[in-house]
Amino acid sequence: MVPVECYFVLSALLFFIGVYGFVTRRNLIAMLISIELVLNAVDINFAAFNRLLFPGELEGFFMTLFSIGVSAAESAVAIAIIINVYRNLKSDTVDSISNMKG
Amino acid sequence: MVYELSYLILLLPLLSFIVLGLAGMKMQHKTAGLIGTCSLSLVTILSYWTAFTYFTADRTAEGVFQTIVPFNFTWLPLGNLHFDMGILLDPISVMMLIVISTVSLMVHIYSFGYMHGEKGFQRYYAFLSLFTMSMLGLVLATNIFQMYMFWELVGVSSYLLIGFYYPLKPAIAASKKAFIVTRFADMFFLVGILTFGYFTDSFSFSFAGDIVMGQGTTPFIEGNMAKAVAAGGFIIPTALTLMFIGGAGKSAMFPLHIWLPDAMEGPTPVSALIHAATMVVAGVFQIARMFPLWIEYAPQAMSIVVWVGVITAFYAAAVACAQSDIKRVLAFSTISQIAFMMVALGVSLPGHHGSILDNHAQLGYMAGMFHLFTHAMFKACLFLSAGCIIHAVHSNEMALMGGLRKYMPITHITFLISCLAIAGIPFFSGFSSKDEIITACMEYSPVVGWIMTGIAAMTAFYMFRLYYGIFWGTENKEAHEHHTPHEAPLTMTIPLIVLCIITMGVGIYSTLAGFMEWGGSFGSFVSAAGTDYTIHFNTQIAATSTVIAILSICLATYIYKGESQPIADRLYKTFPKLHRAAYKRFYQDEIWQYVTHRIIFRCVSTPIAWFDRHVVDGTFNFMAWGANEGGESLRAWQSGDVRKYAVWFLTGTVALTLVLLAL
Repeated sequence: MVPVECYFVLSALLFFIGVYGFVTRRNLIAMLISIELVLNAVDINFAAFNRLLFPGELEGFFMTLFSIGVSAAESAVAIAIIINVYRNLKSDTVDSISNMKG
Repeated sequence: MVYELSYLILLLPLLSFIVLGLAGMKMQHKTAGLIGTCSLSLVTILSYWTAFTYFTADRTAEGVFQTIVPFNFTWLPLGNLHFDMGILLDPISVMMLIVISTVSLMVHIYSFGYMHGEKGFQRYYAFLSLFTMSMLGLVLATNIFQMYMFWELVGVSSYLLIGFYYPLKPAIAASKKAFIVTRFADMFFLVGILTFGYFTDSFSFSFAGDIVMGQGTTPFIEGNMAKAVAAGGFIIPTALTLMFIGGAGKSAMFPLHIWLPDAMEGPTPVSALIHAATMVVAGVFQIARMFPLWIEYAPQAMSIVVWVGVITAFYAAAVACAQSDIKRVLAFSTISQIAFMMVALGVSLPGHHGSILDNHAQLGYMAGMFHLFTHAMFKACLFLSAGCIIHAVHSNEMALMGGLRKYMPITHITFLISCLAIAGIPFFSGFSSKDEIITACMEYSPVVGWIMTGIAAMTAFYMFRLYYGIFWGTENKEAHEHHTPHEAPLTMTIPLIVLCIITMGVGIYSTLAGFMEWGGSFGSFVSAAGTDYTIHFNTQIAATSTVIAILSICLATYIYKGESQPIADRLYKTFPKLHRAAYKRFYQDEIWQYVTHRIIFRCVSTPIAWFDRHVVDGTFNFMAWGANEGGESLRAWQSGDVRKYAVWFLTGTVALTLVLLAL
């Protein structure tokens, strides 16, 4: 059986990779993927802690499922925005969206 | 009510001002002039009709003319107080109606000739209409505040007309000077009005007789004099004196007279209308209007009016003896004559028999008003004659004239008649009014009486110096060679003749009436108490002043009539400094210049300006600078760079977590 700490390490790694990607990437799609990584890290945490602290109970798993659903909706919306940005500005980098700047 | 049409007296000139002002530039000169003159003729007819109806109406049981208010409406309500606009007819305002409309009509006709072919002819007539409207509004005002508003309008139209030749620098300077000096005086007037309104809860005048209000008019608010007196006995005298300062500015009393001689830069008919006959007597009219208040609440303060008048009359007469510009001589003579009217009003004292308004004791009031009337006629005639002369010679300087009687017979006669009138020769209008003034002064105090007699002698002297300088003496052949002087056209001479006929007619009738004690002279219509007052001359005073006037005319004849003037030259050589000082108007302009520029501007205005620029502006500039700098430094944070926001967000979260953990 895999020790529970491994899940935490995995989750932490995923989280920081996500944050790192979000901060360093300019490409909107890459940033969206990074956010997905952060969310996944959170999901793993939920599942792991549920198993560790309340064996036999299911709230953590439900929360995980819920979060996956939300993130799916969120990426759909985000991709729609990105496609529109690309169509209007012929660019998919975050720096090009500066029309609203004073 | 038979005065339903009286609003047209104000409306017609206003309409002609609007029409000429807006559409004048598209009109022919003739059309514009005709519009102005026709509307003014209608106003004149209406004024005469109003005056006729008013003075032939029945008097009340006390023998006083009713005060009639055909119109009065609330213009601006302010709690209990309200500013009204309306028309008020009483003996002095009706008398002023005649004076203003007559002189204004004459000036309108005269200007056809005088301003012929001038650029801006239409504008000139528009301004004349504006002026006439404002001046009529001033005399017909139902309350002090309305009077003040029209007072300012008169000032504006005077400013516009003095600066009529606006491409010329002196004209602009003169118009600004006139406006600023009179505005400065008007500030006191306004303070006086507000003081009066605050303490008495009213802007109404006070009247001797009954007041008949027209249908649907706002009633007057009775002034609560008891309240003002309870608040302090000095309040009403102070308010009245402040108002008098405003009047002194408008009427060119010493030391606020400095604007009037310069105002001669305007066209000559304007000088005749505004700066001789009507606007400059507004100050006299104001005192006459407030007279019941002066006499009841501030009889002591009237000595201020007397002495300001005496000083001004003497000063102006002295300066007039040394001027060489004919319009300046007339300007100073105007100042001196207005001062006569001021003195006349000032020497009116409360009656003896317990009655506040007693005709006999207040000869001065009647005399002042009478002099206002006669002076308006003969001085307008003098100015218009001077206009003819300037028209012929193309200069104001006496040196370029001389011997003009051959070329300009009509002007010569009219000028001579007006000179005799102002000098106070019997059977000319100035005699009767001036004689009444001197009689009133003698009753007040012999000192004032003799001073005024002396000034009257000076008047005769300088007017005849002017007359001989223009029409007799050496002809300036050099100047007349390439341009022979000629008589003015009919449009210009007819007004002169009309004014002369008025001067002569009034003169002959009032002189005879004064000696024979006939009724129906000026005193029957206008007097302090409003009752019928029969003028009768004090023979001794009349004889003295006539002899003195004739003596000074003889003196002037002796000195100035000849081809060469040895005595004048010798006098000039003996007292060069005195002559120079008088010529320079005793340095009054320089003193004002020094006081305003050196003392007020440098010692008061400059520090205030420094304080304003550095402290007041500095505070606000510092605040603006701070906000600007703050914005600039915060600007970098709002970069729009999403990744940077994320880093800050993350850093913040981590820091917050650590802090919470540490706690």
